[in-house]
Formats: sequence, C-alpha cells, structure tokens
Amino acid sequence: MDKVLGIVDGIEFTIGDSILELSYLVAALLFVFGLKLLSHPETARRGNLWAAGGMGLAMLTTLLLHKDGNGSGIPLTNVWIILAAIGVGSAIGWIVARKVKMTAMPQLVSIYNATGGAASMLVALLEYPNAIAGDIGSILVTVLGLIIGTIAFSGSIIAFAKLDGRVGDIMKPFMTYINLVLLIVTLGLGVYIVISPNPPAEMIWAIYTLLALALIYGIMFVMPIGGADMPVVISLLNSLTGIAAAMAGFIYNNQAMILGGILVGAAGMILTMLMCKAMNRSLLNVIIGAFGGGGAAGPGGEQGTIKEITLSDASVLLSYSQKVVVIPGYGLAVAQAQHIAHELDALLESKGVEVKYAIHPVAGRMPGHMNVLLAEADVPYEQLVEMDDINPDMSNVDVAIVVGANDVVNPAAYDDPSSPIYGMPIIDAHLAKNIIIMKRGMGKGYAGIENFLFFNEKTRMLFGDAKSSITKLVNEIKNM
Amino acid sequence: MEQILTFFFEYKEAIFIIALSIFVGIEVISNVPSVLHTPLMSGANAISGVIIIGGIILVGHADLSKFSLNLVLGILALIFGTLNVVGGFAVTDRMLEMFKKKKK
Repeated sequence: MDKVLGIVDGIEFTIGDSILELSYLVAALLFVFGLKLLSHPETARRGNLWAAGGMGLAMLTTLLLHKDGNGSGIPLTNVWIILAAIGVGSAIGWIVARKVKMTAMPQLVSIYNATGGAASMLVALLEYPNAIAGDIGSILVTVLGLIIGTIAFSGSIIAFAKLDGRVGDIMKPFMTYINLVLLIVTLGLGVYIVISPNPPAEMIWAIYTLLALALIYGIMFVMPIGGADMPVVISLLNSLTGIAAAMAGFIYNNQAMILGGILVGAAGMILTMLMCKAMNRSLLNVIIGAFGGGGAAGPGGEQGTIKEITLSDASVLLSYSQKVVVIPGYGLAVAQAQHIAHELDALLESKGVEVKYAIHPVAGRMPGHMNVLLAEADVPYEQLVEMDDINPDMSNVDVAIVVGANDVVNPAAYDDPSSPIYGMPIIDAHLAKNIIIMKRGMGKGYAGIENFLFFNEKTRMLFGDAKSSITKLVNEIKNM
Repeated sequence: MEQILTFFFEYKEAIFIIALSIFVGIEVISNVPSVLHTPLMSGANAISGVIIIGGIILVGHADLSKFSLNLVLGILALIFGTLNVVGGFAVTDRMLEMFKKKKK
C-alpha cells in the first residue's frame, strides 16, 4: 500500500492513495445510480442500498487509507475513537429509524437533516483555523459551508418543532425585514472573513459571530413559514444540507463529497420547485411568506348554506356508488385515520365499489406525505392516483370524500382571482356527483381562506374527528 | 475581472464538477412519481451525510495527546454525520419495504 507509484505536482503518491481516490469514484457513481434507481418504484429499494453501499465504501477506505499533509495515516487510537463515535451514531440512528411511527416521518426527516447540517457546520468550524490566510478559495468554501450548514441545522430543528406541534407559526409583517437585514449582515460578515488578509487565528471571533448569526437566521427563516408550506421548506433545507456537505468536500478536495453533496443539493432543489409549482407560488413568495389574509375576507357575506349528512345517509350513498374517490389531507395524518380509511375502502370494494385515493402533491406536511401514510395502512399502491391522472375522470365519480383536506380542493383556485390560492392546481372534487366533506368544524383551512366547496349544493358535511367519523361510517355500512 | 479569471483557473476542476453534478442531479430525479417523493428525499438526505468523510478525516488526524474542545466537537460531528447516514438509509429502506409489500 505504501509503495510509491509516481509524482504529481511534486508530491509522491502511493498505491493506497490511488486506491482511495478510486474508491471515491466508485462511491460517487453508486450515489448517482442509487438516486436514479430511487426515482422508480420498482427499483427504489435497491437504489437506496446502492447509495448506502457507496457511503460505506467511502467511509471504510477513508479510515484505512487517508493521509494527512505529512503523509501519515490515521493512527490506531484515532481509528478506535472514530469507530466508537460511528457505533454510537449508528445505534441511535438505526433504532430511531426502526421504532419511529410512520406518522412522525416528517419530523424524523427534519431531525436527520438537522444532524447532517450540524455535522457540516462543525467540520467547517473546525477546519477554518487550518485555512491559509489569503487563500480566498478555501476560506470561501469554509465560510459558505459554515453558513449553509448552520442554517440547515437550526432551520431543520425549528421545522421539526413545528411539525411536532411544539412551536406555532409566528408571523409578523416586520419579520420579513428583520430576516432580510439578518441575511445581509450574515453574508456581509461572510464576505469580510473571506477577503480579510488576516490569518484565521485572528479571525476566530468573526467565525463564531458568523456561526451565531447563521443559527439565528435559520430559526428566523423557518419560524414564520406555515404548515401548508412545510413541504417546500423541508425539501429546501434538505437541498441546503447537500450543498453544505459539498462545500466541505472542497475543503478536503474530496470528489465523492463534492459530487454527493451537489447531487443532493440539485435533487432537493428540483423537489422544492415541484412543490412550489404544485402551489402555484414562487420560492421567494414562500420564504417571504404572505399566505393567509389577502383575499380571505374576499367576497364574504352570503355564501349559501351548509348541509350536513347523517351517517346512515352517507353509508347508503357510498354503498350504492360505483366510483368513490377519497381525497386525504393533513387532517388524515393528524387524526391518524389512515388505517380506518383503508378499512372503509376495503369494505366498499367488497361491495363492488371502485375506490381510489386522489393525492395532491402538497397534501400533508412533506413531499409524498400521504403516500407514506397510506402505504403504512397497507393501501395498495395502485389505488393511489396522482392529481393530474384523476382530474379528467372526476366528473364520473359518484362520491368524492374529502378527509382533512381543504385548500387542495378549494375551487377558488379556479374562479376567484382575488384568492391567495388562485391559479394553484387542485383536485377537482367539485366535479364529482356528490361530495362528502369530513371536518372537525367550520374552521378555515390552513391558509385561512373560505372554501366555496363547502357551500356547493352537491356537498354534504360530516362533522367530527376523521378517525371517529370513518369508524362510525364503517360500522354503519357493516350493519346495513 | 482578472481576479475572477484567476479564481476560475485555480478552481477549474471543482467548478466543472459542480456544473456537471448539478446537471446530473436534475437529470436523475426529474419525472419522479409523487409516490416516491418522501423516500427520495430521505434517501438523498442520507447521501448528504457524506459529510461524515470530513468527520473521519478531522478526528482521524486529531492530536490525542491533549484534551481539546476541538476534539470533542469533531467527535460530535462524526456522531451527527453517522446519525444522518445510518438513520437516513435505514428509514428510507423501511419506507420502501412498506411500499413493496403492498404490491398485489
């Protein structure tokens, strides 16, 4: 392994050095293939394992073959410490990943994202003193890694707290300005550190101030963002963690880190854009966050009457339908009604009713949230239909059941230009022959916008907690 | 202008890698069905744990002869990175397993 093979740029390299770089190439390719396979249902699981294999390989060869600037490898004592740390992290990570409830998936994704951001933050912080004064390139990537990693860290923690219901949305109009100022100050200090000719040892105060500023900015940036916008924010934070890891890759001139990080950054960005598109809003609009209010008060006044439906009427209606579409939203997750919903659809299917679930891309609190929930309840994958595929068929649907969803079925998106959600693609529940809406009360949806679907003459309301409503409905149908 | 050109020349390989990786990332996950959004996100999240390599290098060459805050922070970075990697891949696998058994 220590046999010198040749000299590049005046530095000798050995067999070990070459194998290390080769393993990074393999790891990077495994990341690419893994991600590619992850984006197709049949191959997704294999893709995840390939990417994990790439990571394992890169970790192993780094441990065995990495050398510092003086050409010495990692001493045995350090190897043991590293293995111990990895052991601790693996045990916790594994147990939590296996034990956590599927309904808590958005929280878990946020927490793991926070840990990735924290790791990038710490690596950048610790590597900064080793930078050479005046080496703009390496100081730039260190500072960027620190800022981005820190924002991803504190932002994800807040996202977790919000998803877990520990922190509410705090949105004051002046916060937009505070955030803007904070961002400018943070970036300004970053630029100052990068261009300063002082040696890093004299700039430690600045780097810690930068750390504090970025921590605060991350908190302030996620704090005002509302629940309905969570899918956008989570994928954005995910993207940031990738970029932060890539920046650290530059510090070590490590191509596997650079490629892996940028890959995740780009993929997360695409997902973010997809989510924005599904809400017909720009990313800037989500971040600045001006949801709620606006057209909410809008037409006001007379909206027609709300008509309720009894459980027995609802069960008769459902039992004698041919096509039923369930439109789930965050309310389904809150009520944990996914299992009972599946019981309902199985019961109806046994009576010859065709039941589908119509999934809006931003239903829930993270991209694909509803799919994960329903998969947990064993709803067959074929029964889940995407918005664009179900809409053309919506007028043939006998009953559309809206469970805990609101804005994603609000026809104001079509016909009320003053509405904040005007132009947002929705599931066309209003085209169904009958509409049953399960809701806890007459509260407005997340966005605080009046939903005219409730006043539609085809609509019947079934008030109550989604889980208990569906449970009662199932019993009613069974006893028919 | 000269400074920008110098910067570009000095870091040309890195800039090439960035440009091409962005393209690959976009290309690889475009047209992903929404059913896979969550697993894709958490799988990608696990890949961003590649920062753990940095943690290994950091702690690997740390001076153990004396106790320092930096060593503690380095070990913390390693633990965080591992959490991200192991937890991320494990939870993605669990989700996908769930999707799989649904197939009739």
